Amino acid sequence: MPRIKKDRMLLRLHDVSKAFATSEGPLQVLKNVNLSLEPGKSIALTGESGSGKSTLLHLVAGLDTPDSGSIVLNGQNIAALDDAGLAALRRGTVGLVFQQFNLIPSLDVAANLAFQARLAGRFDPAWTAGLAERLGLKPFLARYPEQLSGGQQQRVAIGRTLAVRPRLILADEPTGNLDEATGDAVLDLMLSLQAETGASLLMVTHSTRLAARLDGRVHLRNGRLA
Amino acid sequence: MMWRSGLAALLSHWRRKPLQLAMLLLGLSLATGLWSAVQAINGEARASYARAAAVLGQDRLASLARADGARFDQQLFVTLRRNGWLVSPVVEGEKRYGEQRVKIIGIDPLTLPPVARQIDVMAAEGGLGAFIAPPGLFFVSAETARRLAGHAAPPLRIVDSLPAGTALTDIGIAQDILGVGPRLSRLLLPPDQLIDRAALSILAPELEVRTPAAESDLSRLTDSFHLNLTAFGFLAFAVGLFIVHAAIGLAFEQRRPVFRTLRALGLPARALTLLLVAELSVFALIAGFAGVVLGYWIASLLLPDVAASLRGLYGAEVPGSLSIRPAVWLAGVAISVAGTFLSAGRGLWQVSRMTLLAPAQPRAWARASERHMRLQAIAGAALLAGALLLAHFGTGLAAGFALLAAMLLGAALLLPLLLSWLIAGGARVSSSALGEWFWADTRQQLPGLSLALMALLLALATNIGVGTMVSSFRLTFVGWLDQRLTSELYVTARTEEEAAALRNWLSPRSDAVLPIWSTEGQIANQQVQIFGILDHATYREKWPLLTADPQVWDFVAQGKALMVNEQLARRLSLRLGADVTLPGGHRLPVAGIFSDYGNPKGQVILGNDTLVRFYPDIGRLRYAVRIDPEKAGKLREDLLTAFGLPAQNVVDQASIKSFSLKIFERTFAVTAALNVLTLAVAGLAILSSLLTLAGMRLPQLAPVWAMGLTRRHLAALELARSVSLAALTLLLAIPAGLGLAWVLLAVINVEAFGWRLPLYVFPADWALLGALSLAAAGAAALLPALRLLNLRPAVLLKVFAHER
Ligand SMILES: Nc1ncnc2c1ncn2[C@@H]1O[C@H](COP(=O)(O)OP(=O)(O)OP(=O)(O)O)[C@@H](O)[C@H]1O
Ligand SMILES: [Mg+2]
Repeated sequence: MPRIKKDRMLLRLHDVSKAFATSEGPLQVLKNVNLSLEPGKSIALTGESGSGKSTLLHLVAGLDTPDSGSIVLNGQNIAALDDAGLAALRRGTVGLVFQQFNLIPSLDVAANLAFQARLAGRFDPAWTAGLAERLGLKPFLARYPEQLSGGQQQRVAIGRTLAVRPRLILADEPTGNLDEATGDAVLDLMLSLQAETGASLLMVTHSTRLAARLDGRVHLRNGRLA
Repeated sequence: MMWRSGLAALLSHWRRKPLQLAMLLLGLSLATGLWSAVQAINGEARASYARAAAVLGQDRLASLARADGARFDQQLFVTLRRNGWLVSPVVEGEKRYGEQRVKIIGIDPLTLPPVARQIDVMAAEGGLGAFIAPPGLFFVSAETARRLAGHAAPPLRIVDSLPAGTALTDIGIAQDILGVGPRLSRLLLPPDQLIDRAALSILAPELEVRTPAAESDLSRLTDSFHLNLTAFGFLAFAVGLFIVHAAIGLAFEQRRPVFRTLRALGLPARALTLLLVAELSVFALIAGFAGVVLGYWIASLLLPDVAASLRGLYGAEVPGSLSIRPAVWLAGVAISVAGTFLSAGRGLWQVSRMTLLAPAQPRAWARASERHMRLQAIAGAALLAGALLLAHFGTGLAAGFALLAAMLLGAALLLPLLLSWLIAGGARVSSSALGEWFWADTRQQLPGLSLALMALLLALATNIGVGTMVSSFRLTFVGWLDQRLTSELYVTARTEEEAAALRNWLSPRSDAVLPIWSTEGQIANQQVQIFGILDHATYREKWPLLTADPQVWDFVAQGKALMVNEQLARRLSLRLGADVTLPGGHRLPVAGIFSDYGNPKGQVILGNDTLVRFYPDIGRLRYAVRIDPEKAGKLREDLLTAFGLPAQNVVDQASIKSFSLKIFERTFAVTAALNVLTLAVAGLAILSSLLTLAGMRLPQLAPVWAMGLTRRHLAALELARSVSLAALTLLLAIPAGLGLAWVLLAVINVEAFGWRLPLYVFPADWALLGALSLAAAGAAALLPALRLLNLRPAVLLKVFAHER
């Protein structure tokens, strides 16, 4: 993979489009979307339900591929990667936190926390133990996901992501399933850890209140960013 | 209206899931098919035993015969007739035509009572004249006619009511063919007799009245064999039900929302249950019909080999073709319906009790709790303990089969817990994150797969057990054949004069000429063969003695003792030193017991001189010839040209051995076929369980995929999971299989055939079976794995979206 010219940006989307085939014909969700994100910065992605926020996040995460356009992450055009290349990207470069079902049901909390870091080959026990401590997960390490509350589960998901020390954290309504107080606490933790590790953050949210706490904000409407 | 739309809503499920429907119907028809195949075979065999029992009305007519079963002078018949006894003479005996043995029954068409008139001599071509005048006629079944084709038998007439391997002919013709002179085997005694006839004890004191046999000897003898087949059929049926259970369980689970909606729309729980019962009944009927058709097809493939086994093991004649029996159809459809409701019982019960507001319990049925697994294991351990007790204290065939069932079921019930221990062990030794996840996930899948894995365990254990039995038998049998067939040539003369000439001709040209003379008779109501042997190194060195007095050969040669085969010793509980009363009242003690595999009859061996002294009019036609093996071929040629003997009358050792081995292999071809079918059904059970689970696995797989595993990698892991579960199951199936082999060899065989075999272990066979079962598990996992490989990311992503 040839390196594209030295770029100040960690992430740069150029004319990214994506359509889904539906029974009523193709549904154009993203139309020539452009976006860039500096290292260490955070952006909130807002938009109405069904506007394509999750779709955009999935493309950046290498979970799906765009129809056209380029997504350059850490100097690599990920739109051109094959399955194995995308998997490697997900393992080591990005960390994902979804609204729900983030955790592996058959592993306990300790194993869930360490899983991705070990997969990526950069497991640091001391760092992970510190994360567990900061996230208040110490008492739950031997529990299984189904034995945790929603907020606890999301804290595990954040810990797991940060254990890898990814360059980019992608979060899709990480607090959407939580009550306001819990959500705020979870977000505080995430933001401070993000700042500490120097990672960038792209976070989908419905809430303008939460969006205001990030460095920047983009709004998705009719397939375009504003 | 309500019913119609309810039914439509229920049935629409199957239109969307044709594969599930196919699995359900396939599992059910396979289960029914294997069961029906065994029933059809058993039915055919029983019908032919009944035919054999009904020949000449034996099942209804009393008869007069000697107590020891020996033939008696024809003059007795004349005496009895003259004194008002309305009896009819019969002579019976066996005659070899090449490799075929035919039971020849000679009758007197003029005195034959109506109830015994199975053939219409007058109506046959040529009438009475052709029947009684040489060369006479043979009345035989179509099957026997096929076997006799090309042999020097009298002209044939086909009658289908006769059993295979039996020829009815005129009494004079039969006496000629059998070479028994003017002797009779028995006299038929119809019930309507004159009142003022003279007493039997005065006219013919050596004869006694025999009442008609209620149950034929054959059906009693072969009971165990059919029980064996039935057990196999039942096992296959049970394994098939695992598939049905998985398919029905899934369909019920997936339709839970539909059930809920229907109930909310006002369909009473009762009506819903009824609709489901109706739906399942239709499936059961369709699958039952298909299963019976399948069963007939399988039976028609297996029957020739079954017939060969029955002939080889018991001398029972069963034709190689099937007739359609309504009982098999009814039983097949009934068992299909029973199997369906057995598999669906739990689901139906739950539906009938489902409350409207009950929370959805996704995967509840697949996630049988640890407690459930432990209870199962306790039941399994109890069954195994019961099996141990049975092995120690049980006797008889029924106890043997109960032992078998307890052992297999116990092992199957223990399987999930043992597997979960093994999996925990695997997790402990794996050091990578992926390895840990793999084992943890495997453990979580275990409850959903355990039924299918139990089916696999049963199939594998049966395969190992039966395979070990057959291989042990083969090894023993081949060694035994080498001991028994030591002579280089076996010669049969056509007449006594020819036999004398043969002896003279052979003496200077060979190392030894050993007579193989024999007669048949009854000992304690058992039909036995009585042979004589010369005192010769051939026997002293090689005879397969199981236990014997050290001086057995001297005693036998001096006429002081005799030897019996293992099956006669077991049937009559004879030990060394026990006295045996031979036909004619001669008594001798047992000095040796020898193994005699594959022989349905009891056998007694006397010194040759003793044999001739006891039974002077014995046939002296067969001889074994010892000669340098190099020269045997030449001698055989010379013999054939010098005496003009038919080729089949001079047989060399190698052809007898290969013939015996061929019979042996056919005997076990059926078992092998049923084995393979059972394994295939177990493979299908795994497939249907995996398909069931595949739909529920996305929440487990999606996070791992999102964290950086390719779908290819995940699919490979899924394959590896099935294969390793199958491998672990195989590991546990080996001890279960060996236990099964021991029961078959040391318990069932002894009860069924009268001989016990040593157990030999064949690890190479297990390796092959292991490879086969891993391949089957891999093949079963392939379809779900391929689906995963081609899964669109959007489907995996749905897991994380709130719309789920
Ligand atoms: N796999 C798919 N096939 C077809 N259409 C899809 C698929 N995934 C998403 N869509 C459609 O694309 C549009 C954008 O979906 P997306 O999930 O990105 O919206 P969103 O902005 O995340 O909405 P929300 O705030 O509700 O999460 C929606 O109209 C959705 O129905
Ligand atoms: Mg979304």
